[in-house]
Amino acid sequence: MTEFVNSGWAWFIALTTLVSLVGLILLASRVARRRHPSSTTETSDHVWDEDLAEYNNPLPRWWLNLFYVTIGWGLAYLLAYPGLGAYRGFLNWSQQGQFESEMADAKLHYDPLFEKFAATDLQSLMTNPQALKVGARLFASYCVACHGSDARGARHFPNLRDDDWLYGGAPATIETSILHGRQGAMPAWDKIIGEDGVRNVTAFVEGLSGRKTDSSAATKGATVFRTYCAACHGSEGKGNQALGAPNLTDDIWLHGGTTERIAESIRLGRNGMMPAHAESLGVAKVHVLAAYVASLPNLAAPTQVED
Amino acid sequence: MSSALGAATYNYRVVRQFAWMTMVWGVVGMLVGVVIAAQLCWPALNFDLPWLTFGRLRPLHTNAVVFAFGGSALFASSYYVVQRTCHVRLCSDTLAAFTFWGWQAVIVGAVITLPLGITTSKEYAELEWPLDILIAVVWVTYAYVFLGTIARRRIRHIYVANWFFAAFIVTVAMLHIVNSLAIPVTLFKSYSMYAGVQDAMVQWWYGHNAVGFFLTAGFLGIMYYFIPKQAQRPVYSYRLSIVHFWSLIFTYIWAGPHHLHYTALPNWTQSLGMVMSVILLAPSWGGMINGIMTLSGAWHKLRTDPVLRFLIVSVSFYGMSTFEGPMMSIKTVNALSHYTDWTIGHVHSGALGWVAFVTFGCLYYLIPRLYSRTLYSLQLVEAHFWIATLGIVLYITSMWVAGIMQGLMWRAVNDDGTLTYAFIETVAAMHPFYVIRFLGGVLFLSGTVIMFYNLVRTVVGAEPATAAIPLPAAASAH
Repeated sequence: MTEFVNSGWAWFIALTTLVSLVGLILLASRVARRRHPSSTTETSDHVWDEDLAEYNNPLPRWWLNLFYVTIGWGLAYLLAYPGLGAYRGFLNWSQQGQFESEMADAKLHYDPLFEKFAATDLQSLMTNPQALKVGARLFASYCVACHGSDARGARHFPNLRDDDWLYGGAPATIETSILHGRQGAMPAWDKIIGEDGVRNVTAFVEGLSGRKTDSSAATKGATVFRTYCAACHGSEGKGNQALGAPNLTDDIWLHGGTTERIAESIRLGRNGMMPAHAESLGVAKVHVLAAYVASLPNLAAPTQVED
Repeated sequence: MSSALGAATYNYRVVRQFAWMTMVWGVVGMLVGVVIAAQLCWPALNFDLPWLTFGRLRPLHTNAVVFAFGGSALFASSYYVVQRTCHVRLCSDTLAAFTFWGWQAVIVGAVITLPLGITTSKEYAELEWPLDILIAVVWVTYAYVFLGTIARRRIRHIYVANWFFAAFIVTVAMLHIVNSLAIPVTLFKSYSMYAGVQDAMVQWWYGHNAVGFFLTAGFLGIMYYFIPKQAQRPVYSYRLSIVHFWSLIFTYIWAGPHHLHYTALPNWTQSLGMVMSVILLAPSWGGMINGIMTLSGAWHKLRTDPVLRFLIVSVSFYGMSTFEGPMMSIKTVNALSHYTDWTIGHVHSGALGWVAFVTFGCLYYLIPRLYSRTLYSLQLVEAHFWIATLGIVLYITSMWVAGIMQGLMWRAVNDDGTLTYAFIETVAAMHPFYVIRFLGGVLFLSGTVIMFYNLVRTVVGAEPATAAIPLPAAASAH
């Protein structure tokens, strides 16, 4: 009933439907029975456009029966399933009910396995081939859209195969990242340090990774860096995993490592977002996934999704 | 054309204009289709230009083939048929000319705005509000011209083709206006009057009946004139046409909810849409029977007349698609087929096999008569027929296989409940079938280009024909 603002509409739907189906039967049966004029060899005497004419063959019996059978089937379906307004059908089926029963089935089948995994610590799971296989499958379904099917990431999405971790690479930290998500926010600096400041800091930051840069700009940039950037990225630019502030000395660049991209990051800031999975996947699946992700840097190649 | 002569002849000018634009837009629309089919095989073909991305060209393809190619074919054929079967000239030459230029303006507007990314994002109703208003004005004018001509007919009975044309014109006016109601924000942006699931329901009430009335009822009108004419046989059964006409137009209007199975749409609405879609099978097949059985006693003509073959094969594809459609509307089948390329295969067996083929047959009939010529080459018609048929077969079989495979891969689960295939694996698995589909599209487009060439050669150097309207005394046999 919730779909209807009052029962009048439910009745209106039910009656309109039934009258329509009966109407279709009456239309076909009355025209089928009509005796006159009926001819399979002589056309009616209407002629259009010189030679367009019509026979009046009877309705093919098989066709008429097909029509009746589909209407009869429709009526039966509407008795069994919801359709006639607020009437639920004698099978009491609903898509919500189907969803819930399928989910209950799945719980029954799959929960024992994941409960077993959930009770095992991450270190043990990281060497458990079955857990790693399940983890790889979960990764293929839920993680590859951003982190890539090889887990090597893409611009804006971290590479999970190297040893550079924004928030820390301890298995328990990885589990926290997956469970609750992460938000990496870098403010925009153009209004504060100006375009000159952006250029100078860019030169300094590039120098941190050992690149050759304009040394006078880098020197000016170092001062600005100490004032504005060191709070998060540290005085040596090695970053801070508690904040998710990237290490700027390893020549690994989340948002692109060209001079233009680095300047853009400083000028306009960046907002990174890893969604939380505690609710959507549940803690047991995240546990397996965390073990798999934590094992990634040590794997020669990621576990194949298929066996 | 002098006015004295004009009063005694049919208006062929507007028919010719629409017929030529049918061919032009057919080639353009199918070419865009081939381009986006190629992009699905080789994504680099969008050249990183926003105007050439799949998301912008796909609505251009659908609008060009449905409304520009199909629409122009419907205008041309309905104006031709209504005059010749009512024995009267169109009720207004000026308004008929307005519908031609207005409709072409809409299409040019679509060709400009869609690649620019200006869209309402409603499928098959992507054009923004200023173009929607122009469509509504042109369409109401079309209804006036068509129905006004019927009102002035000089023969008492209304020929069955005109029932279908009239139903199509009136219903499309209603569908377009109701679905396009929106609040304009700027010249190029509006928001739908409806919210949430109601918006979805109105959209698919429109969307499915764009298929049911634009691409079915209208083209059945074409079928009912051009098959009996080309076969020179009477229509098989008048009473069958009565039953299938009324049951078809009555039942189609209910079928939209099958596009929204397993969504926020209430259970009862989904069920009704599904039941009525299944009941549509017999009304649809009524049209197929009347088309094919009109040939009884003249089957041999199929061997020698490729134009008739286009028309009859189109009705066969119509029968096949209208069996597949009700089947796909059943919830359990839909749970597999929905969102897969099976839907694309289904649509194209109707669009290429039925709509385009019946249009080709109609054009091969029409163009020579509009210029008092005979076809330049029957061999080229023959070539067009086989190339296009092979194209359709490649297209729909590859999409059936790809779609069913895709649906099965999506639902496959491992013994731990995880999905067997990552999404990208389904994409990789479909790649070979996308290539086959692209080849099918290339063949189909090639056939259309052959037709264009053949019909241009047919009329080269010819004067536009005029046809005298039969005198009332001779025409009033009833």
